[in-house]
Amino acid sequence: MNPEDFQFISTLIKSRSGLVLTPDKSYLLESRLMPIARKHGHKDLDELIRAVRASKDEALTVEVVEAMTTNESFFFRDIKPFDLLRDHVLPPLMKARAQQKHMKIWCAAASSGQEPYSIAIVLKELAAAQGWRFDIVGTDISHDILDKATSGKYTQFEVQRGMPIQLLLKYFDKKDENWEVKPEIRKMVQYKYFNLLDKLGSLGGFDIVFCRNVLIYFDAETKGKVLEEIAKLMPPDGMLFLGGAETVLGVTDLFKPVPGQRGVYSRA
Amino acid sequence: MKTCLIVDDSKVIRMVAKKILDELGFGTEEAADGQLALDACKASMPAAVLLDWNMPVMSGIEFLRELRALPNGNDPIVVFCTTENDLDHIQEAMTAGANEYIMKPFDSDIIQAKFQQVGLI
Ligand SMILES: C[S@@+](CC[C@H](N)C(=O)[O-])C[C@H]1O[C@@H](n2cnc3c(N)ncnc32)[C@H](O)[C@@H]1O
Repeated sequence: MNPEDFQFISTLIKSRSGLVLTPDKSYLLESRLMPIARKHGHKDLDELIRAVRASKDEALTVEVVEAMTTNESFFFRDIKPFDLLRDHVLPPLMKARAQQKHMKIWCAAASSGQEPYSIAIVLKELAAAQGWRFDIVGTDISHDILDKATSGKYTQFEVQRGMPIQLLLKYFDKKDENWEVKPEIRKMVQYKYFNLLDKLGSLGGFDIVFCRNVLIYFDAETKGKVLEEIAKLMPPDGMLFLGGAETVLGVTDLFKPVPGQRGVYSRA
Repeated sequence: MKTCLIVDDSKVIRMVAKKILDELGFGTEEAADGQLALDACKASMPAAVLLDWNMPVMSGIEFLRELRALPNGNDPIVVFCTTENDLDHIQEAMTAGANEYIMKPFDSDIIQAKFQQVGLI
């Protein structure tokens, strides 16, 4: 690919999704975009990029941007954050909301749904949460992945990456070789298309925000902006979860790490 | 170093599992059927057992029942690893005292995730 085309496509992707594509990652363009090129009858990547440049075909642009997202996710990813949620994050928040018995939780990069469903199961398993209403909202920039999340259907391979067998038996139905999240869990989660680069105001407020393994793809400036916007949606005692390789340090001073609770951040 | 006893009548599966467990920092022993596995446990209880279901001489589920009846037989963490993937088999394994259950085929991500869940890692 010539440098000019690379410049064009990486600028387009960054402005649409935040994803920073450095030249050493250009192999990703090849593997992710070749299927799209073929689908639209282009013989190679150069031809596809030329088509994107020349046309005002918004659908094609969206397809290209979404294809560059990395959607990998597991149930109970890293385990510890979900223990921290149950044992340390929820109790004080629930105490402060004992009157309303209502809380809103946002998964800001929900991908195929493993994270929101893991949270829903934690809440279902929590005796103290009986009689409470929890609204879990899962958002993502990829339409395809949101369809998968909404379906609640997972392969045997996917459920084994993180779902303990006892919880699998309890909260999934086996359909042939696949596993489907039971309706009682599915109805706790609502999925919506949402781009983190957009103004977040329309989403409403959230007591807990999971924004895990997505900021890692953004540059420092974008990370800071997204976290600023997230902070606006949270009450002063709201809590934020980031991924294992992410931090607020050096990015924003609106949140601070909670000592001893890795990946958990409070409003500063 | 924790020891994991790999019980499977397929030499190839034992080899694959051994490689994964080596990388996860486990010492490994191998047994080709439930009876040999039981003998190995009587000689020395491993921290973990990765257990196939269908094997000649003694099946995985028979082994598990006998293991749990031994003195200290509740110590090892037993993770089934079998092609049996219907609810009845899973339920039966858990009732017999299995700690986790892997449905084949498996890979290192799955072994790692399951071993983390039961606190072996
Ligand atoms: C690696 S997944 C993380 C899934 C889950 N949070 C986890 O930790 O397992 C990253 C997700 O972020 C989404 N994403 C990327 N850029 C986004 C943006 N600008 N707005 C919203 N979602 C975005 C991708 O589509 C992808 O599904």
